[in-house]
Amino acid sequence: MPVTELSVPGNLAPTASGRLRRHFGKGELTVAISVAIALALLAPLGLLALDARAAGWSEIHRVLFRERSWLLLRHTITISVLVVLCAAVVGVAAAWCTERTRLPGRRIWTVLLVLPVAIPDFVVGYAWHSIDPTIGPQLGATLVMTLGTYPLVYLPVAAALRRTDPAMEDTARSLGAGQLTTFLRVTLPLIRTAVLGGSVLVILTVISEYGVFEILRYQTFTTEIFTEFQFDSQAAGALSVPLVCLGLIVLAVDGVIPRRMATSTVTRRVAAPIRLRRATMPTLAALGVLVVLGVGVPVGTLFYWMAQSQHSTLPAAATLGSATGATVTYSSLGALVAVLLALPVAMMTFRRSSAPRVVLERSTYVTQALPGVVIALSLVFFATHYAYALYGTSVLLVVAYAILHFPLALVCVKTSVAQAPPRLADVGRSLGKGQISVFLRVTFPLLVPGLAAGFCLVFLTAVTELTATLVLAPIGVQTLATQFWAYQSEVAYGAAAPYALVIIAIAMVPGALLGLWFDRQRPVRASVGP
Amino acid sequence: MLLAGGLAVAACGGTTSAGNSGPSGHASQTITLYSAQHAQTTAALVAAFTKQTGITVRVDNDGEDQLTARIELEGGRSPADVFYSENSNWLQQLDDKGLLAPVDPSTLAHVPKVDSATNGQWVGVSARVSVLVFNPSRLNSSQLPSSVLDLAEPQWKGKLEIAPSETDFWPIVSSVARSKGDAAALAWLEALKANAGSGDEVPDNETLTSDISQGTTDLGIINHYYFYRLQAEVGKGSLHARLAYFAPHDPGFVEDISGAAILRSSKHKAAAQRFLEFLSGEAGQSVLAAGDSFEYPLHPGVAANPVLTPLSHLQPSSFTPAELGTGLDAKKLLQEAGLI
Repeated sequence: MPVTELSVPGNLAPTASGRLRRHFGKGELTVAISVAIALALLAPLGLLALDARAAGWSEIHRVLFRERSWLLLRHTITISVLVVLCAAVVGVAAAWCTERTRLPGRRIWTVLLVLPVAIPDFVVGYAWHSIDPTIGPQLGATLVMTLGTYPLVYLPVAAALRRTDPAMEDTARSLGAGQLTTFLRVTLPLIRTAVLGGSVLVILTVISEYGVFEILRYQTFTTEIFTEFQFDSQAAGALSVPLVCLGLIVLAVDGVIPRRMATSTVTRRVAAPIRLRRATMPTLAALGVLVVLGVGVPVGTLFYWMAQSQHSTLPAAATLGSATGATVTYSSLGALVAVLLALPVAMMTFRRSSAPRVVLERSTYVTQALPGVVIALSLVFFATHYAYALYGTSVLLVVAYAILHFPLALVCVKTSVAQAPPRLADVGRSLGKGQISVFLRVTFPLLVPGLAAGFCLVFLTAVTELTATLVLAPIGVQTLATQFWAYQSEVAYGAAAPYALVIIAIAMVPGALLGLWFDRQRPVRASVGP
Repeated sequence: MLLAGGLAVAACGGTTSAGNSGPSGHASQTITLYSAQHAQTTAALVAAFTKQTGITVRVDNDGEDQLTARIELEGGRSPADVFYSENSNWLQQLDDKGLLAPVDPSTLAHVPKVDSATNGQWVGVSARVSVLVFNPSRLNSSQLPSSVLDLAEPQWKGKLEIAPSETDFWPIVSSVARSKGDAAALAWLEALKANAGSGDEVPDNETLTSDISQGTTDLGIINHYYFYRLQAEVGKGSLHARLAYFAPHDPGFVEDISGAAILRSSKHKAAAQRFLEFLSGEAGQSVLAAGDSFEYPLHPGVAANPVLTPLSHLQPSSFTPAELGTGLDAKKLLQEAGLI
C-alpha cells in the first residue's frame, strides 16, 4: 500500500526529520493498525465461508434458489428503502429542531429523542403487535423500524450541526433566503456526511434485523436465516452471504456519492437559535408524537404487562441487581473497545483519502449487516478451535459487542474527524509542536464529541442486544436482555417487564450525560465566538 | 459398560460426594447444563437437584436450535455436560452426529420406553399434547373440527392462524405424512397456508394463543401448555380462549417429548447421570408437576398438575419420537409448501 504523503502543506518546510516522520510516521502506523482492525472485524466473514463449504453447496442451493428467495429479497429491499427514507427525514428534522431552534425544553428533548435506540426491538415489536394484532406486516415493520432507527441519523446529524459554523446559514438568511431554502441549499450540504453515514447504518441495521420482522410477520433474509437454524446451522451461516452482498452494495453505492467535506473555519461560534414563534406548538406536538410512539408505547406496554400479570410475586426482581451490573459492565467495555478501534480507522482517512484507504475503512461497516447470532457463533467456532482459554469468558462477549457495533462508533467518530480541519493540525505543527502534542491538544479535543457519541450509541445498542448475548454470555451470568427473554418466552410478561424498564432507565444515563455535556459547552463557546 | 454405569450411580446414590472428584468425601462437583427448557422450570429443577445431591449446576439458557448449533461447533470441547431440550428431534440430531453418551438403564426405566431414544442415548422427561385453541365468542365447540385434516376445508378460510416455524408444529406434519402419505400431507399444508392467509403465519405459539384470545382469529393448533401458561399470566377472566382435543388417535393429536442427554465429551459423566436420574425420577418429576410448567410428567408414579386433563384420559395418536427422528421429513414438507 502506498504510504508516501503527497499533500505536503505548502507552508511547512520539508525537513529531513519531517520527511522521515511522514514516511514512517503516524500515517503508516494508522494504516497498519486499521488493516489489523479491519481483518479482525472481518474474520467472522471468513468463518462464514468455511461454514458454506462445510454445509455443502447443495443445501445452500436448495434454500437460496427457490421462489421464496425472491419474496425475501423483495421484502428486504423494500423495507430498507422505506425505512431509510423515513428515518432520514425524521432524524434530520429532529436534529435541526434541537440544534438550530429555540425549542422549549431542548435539553429534555435531546435525551428523549435518542431513547428509542435503547428499547429492545422485541419489546417494541410485541408492544405494537399487542396494540393491533392485525397491523399490516409492511406498514408495521416500517413504522417500528423507523421509530427504532431514526436516532442513528439524529445523533451524527445533531453532532454535525453542533460543530458546523453557522456563519454561512446566517449569511444566506441575511441575503434574504428563506428558512427552507437556507436549510436545503446551505445546511443540508454541510451535514451531508453525517446524513449519509447515518442512513447507511439504518439500512445495514434493517438488513440484519430479526425480532421486529419475526413478530410482525414480515419475512426477510434474516428471518429466513433464523428459520434455517432449525435445519442446518452451517447452511444458516452460509445464508448470511446474501446479507453481506446487500451490505456491500449499499456501501458501494454510498461510496460513489460524492462528498463535500464540511467546511470548517478556524474560528467557530455557536448558532444563534432560530425563534420558532407560531411554529412552536406544532413543532412541540410533532416531537411529542415521535416520542410517544417511539418511547411511550413500548414503556406503556411494559407497565400494562406488570399491571395485568396474575403472578403474585415478581421472582425476576431477585436477579435485577446482578443482571444490571453485568449488562452495564459488558456494554460499556464493548463500547470502549469499539470507540478505541474506530479512532485509528477514522484517522486513517483524516489527512489523506486514497482509494485503498477508503475501501479499507468502508469494509469495516459490513458487520452491521449481519445478525448478532451469526457473529456470535463464528466466535464460538474461533474460540473453541484457536483460543479455548477465552471460551466462556466475558472477553468474547465484549469482543462481539465491539465487532457488531463498530460501525456505529465509526460513524460518530468520523463525523467529528470530518469537521476537524487538517489545517488546524498543520498550524499546530507549524508552531513547533510535536505530532503527539498536536494530536492531544488540537485534534483530540475536536474529536471528543464524536468519541462520546460513539461510546453512548454503542453502549445503548449493546444494552439491548439479545441473540449474541444468549450465545456468548459467560455461563451463569444473566444480563437484563437474557432475563427479559427468559421470562417473556415463558409468557411471564409481568416478570419480564422490569428488566426491559431497567434497560430503558440505564439507557437514559448516557443519553442525559450527552445532552448535559453539550449544553455545558454552549456558553463557553458563545463567549469565545464573535 | 452398562454395569459400570449402574455401579457409578449406585456408588453415588445417597451421599453428597460425587465419587470421582478426589479423596475428600465433600468435594463439591459442578456440572454444566445447556437448557432450552423454559428458564423458570429449569431453575426450579436445578435448585431441587442441588439441594438433594450437593452438585452445583451451571445453567446456560438459549433456544434449542442455537444450543444444538453450539454443541456441534464446540465438538469435543463443549463445556456442557447435559443438554435439556424442549423437543426430542434436536437430541436425535446430536445423537446422529455421535455427540451423545448412553443414559443409565436405571434412569431410562423411570419413564415409558417409547418416550426415550430407542438406543437409550437420551431420556424423555416430560410430554405435551397438540390441541385446538379457539375463541368461544367466535366459534362454539360443536363447530370445531374433529380432525386436524379438516382444517384444510375451505370453510376455515380466514379463520385460522398457524405457527409453522415452531418446532412444536413438526410432529403434527410428520404424523399426518405417516398416516396419509407425503403427497396428501403436502396438499394439506398448502390448504392450511391458503386458509391462514398472508398475515396469519405467526412466529410462535405464545403469539398464536394471545391472538386468539384477543379475537383477531378464530382458531389454531398449539401445544396445550401455552394455553395454561397464558391463563396463569393474565388470569382466567382475561383469557378469551378455550382448549379442545382432536378425536382419539387423530393424526393431529400428537405427544411431543422434552428430553435430556449427556454429552459424550462430558468430563463429569457420573454427576451428569445423577442429574438425568433426578430429572426423570419422582423428585424431579414432582417439581415439574407442581410449578407453572404445565407439562405432563412421564414418570407413571407422579400425577400431573391438577388443572390439566390427566394424560391417561387422553388418546393421542401412536406417533412416537422415534418416528419423528430429527424432523427432517416435516421440514422438507414445510419448505415445499413455502411455509418456512
